[in-house]
Amino acid sequence: MSKRVAASLVAGAMVVALSACGSGGGSADGKDSGHKLTVGFSQVGAESGWRTANTKSVQDAAKKAGITLKFSDAQQKQENQIKAIRSFIQQKVDVIAFSPVVESGWDTVLKEAKDAHIPVVLTDRAVDSKDDSLYVSFLGSDFVEEGKRAGDWLVKEYQGRTDPVNIVELQGTTGSAPANDRKSGFTDVIKADAKFKIVASQTGDFTRAKGKEVMQAFLKSQPKIDVLYAHNDDMALGAIQAIEEAGKKPGVDIKIISVDGVKDAFTAMSQGKINVDVECNPLLGDQLMDLVKKVKAGEQVPRRIKTQEGVFTQDQAAAALPTRQY
Amino acid sequence: MTKHRLFWPAVVLAVLLLANLAFTPDFFAIRIKDGHLYGSLIDILHFGAPLVLVALGMTLVIATGGIDLSVGSTVAIAGALACLHISEAADPASPGTVVASVAIALAVALVLGVANGVLVARVGVQPIIATLILMVAGRGVAQLVTGGQIITVTSGPYRLIGGGYWLAVPFAVLLAVVVVLLTALLTRRTALGLLLESVGGNPVASRLVGIRASGLIALVYVFSALCAAVAGLMISSNVSSADGNNAGLWIELDAILAVVVGGTSLTGGRFSLGGTVLGALIIQALSTTIYTIGIPPETTLVFKAFVVITVCLIQSPAFRAKAVRRRSSATRSARPRPLKTEEAEA
Repeated sequence: MSKRVAASLVAGAMVVALSACGSGGGSADGKDSGHKLTVGFSQVGAESGWRTANTKSVQDAAKKAGITLKFSDAQQKQENQIKAIRSFIQQKVDVIAFSPVVESGWDTVLKEAKDAHIPVVLTDRAVDSKDDSLYVSFLGSDFVEEGKRAGDWLVKEYQGRTDPVNIVELQGTTGSAPANDRKSGFTDVIKADAKFKIVASQTGDFTRAKGKEVMQAFLKSQPKIDVLYAHNDDMALGAIQAIEEAGKKPGVDIKIISVDGVKDAFTAMSQGKINVDVECNPLLGDQLMDLVKKVKAGEQVPRRIKTQEGVFTQDQAAAALPTRQY
Repeated sequence: MTKHRLFWPAVVLAVLLLANLAFTPDFFAIRIKDGHLYGSLIDILHFGAPLVLVALGMTLVIATGGIDLSVGSTVAIAGALACLHISEAADPASPGTVVASVAIALAVALVLGVANGVLVARVGVQPIIATLILMVAGRGVAQLVTGGQIITVTSGPYRLIGGGYWLAVPFAVLLAVVVVLLTALLTRRTALGLLLESVGGNPVASRLVGIRASGLIALVYVFSALCAAVAGLMISSNVSSADGNNAGLWIELDAILAVVVGGTSLTGGRFSLGGTVLGALIIQALSTTIYTIGIPPETTLVFKAFVVITVCLIQSPAFRAKAVRRRSSATRSARPRPLKTEEAEA
């Protein structure tokens, strides 16, 4: 009996001790949040609506998460980003996050961050470096996956049919990562079936005006076009105008696959002019702030984190349109 | 006939168009679709119209020995201002709104042109530097106007300017034709053209004989800015949206190229409006050719460069003379003769 009482007392003491441990950890956390987490974020610039939405998402998420954000706009120049990162190191921020303008030339400045024991997180774009220890994680879209999703939709749409499908492609800016990857992902999926044929492929520089101009030429030089695959929504929107002027119905006579998921494209989808839109999500702020907290807490994080993205059909687009932010 | 200064540009344009025929048999076919003209040639005229206008303004600037690098930014600013006004108006489709938006765009372009003109003619800044300021800053202004976003507008009357048709012909083409004719009338039927050429040839001598050189120089920059603004309205109207970042990007280079291909010398002192129109159409026909015959995007620029170099060389009388002489001397004797170095007047 006395033995059991003793045992229960010991057990009770252990529970108290454990909970004391827990509360001890809790109060330590409390102290940490008293000294607010500071993140230095170096953005590429404000070159597109997509990028502006991206910036806003990061700023809003930081505010929501109670994290102090030191924001720097690099205006598309690498030297500005390097300067920004150096100033973040001097200010002793807790975590540095940045979207590299270009892929190479980061080793020196990232080494400085590493020596100062400041973890670095990449967002949206990757760096090309032999030294893997220079950054802890890369959070961003997978452009190859986006191309594959576009291809998957096409394969499904034409399942069970054997007649040839003529595809024209509007590529993004020649040599840019999204253009290269969206092209290769798409081609990988459709090459399995010989009925799919890309009959023409030109760059539309990711703009509406070029997309329209190139599509007009395609409509005249190609006798039969079944499908248009555009690497972004702006080119698709330009092409839609060209198709309409040629007296054809976009989305019906020519099926249209696009990438990005901006508001204007969703409007066009709800009118039946785009068949499917593969999302490329700029709203990665919340994911980034979660990641930053985990990194600071010393948790193990994956090297590569993909942003949460979907594929939108016409009905889904019509439903999502009122809440679309960008 | 080969002596006529428009002969070679016309030949090049014809060759480019004929090359398309080999790939697209019905390239020259023009039919009526939905009550308007439809065909590749119409496309070239339609998309070439903004470039024709920008190059027209550039021609007069270059005739005075200057250059205007800011036209691309002016294109973007004009489109952005017009679209912003329409998107914020209560009734985007009313003609009044559209007229007001066009007036705002032209008025701002006027100010920009005056700024360039004053910098060059009064302050005496070199044209390439003076207009570089607006080229760089203007894109920022356009971005500021659009708030970094693409402004989409739905307005029937605004759509007419660049994307609509009047009597089955693209309205933009009619507009460009009218502006070109008016400019030709003003410069060739009055003394204005001669005065511009004399200022370009020798500004000091012109001033000494009593020509108000600085006023004329300021005038051409204003004209260039207004042409660019109309082109900007066409471009943004054609796609019913304003893109501060990309509208008119590098159009200044295409315009300078069109002027040069058209036979106007960059040193100033003489100009050819007809040549500029042909030059602009050559550049647009070149783009259409690239899309039609399916040149891979990776090699597009090389192809363009090759065509442009060829055109410039063919146009240069010095180069043609050299080529002919070399051929005839090679047939006469195997001994090479030292050739006088002549500068290609491209």
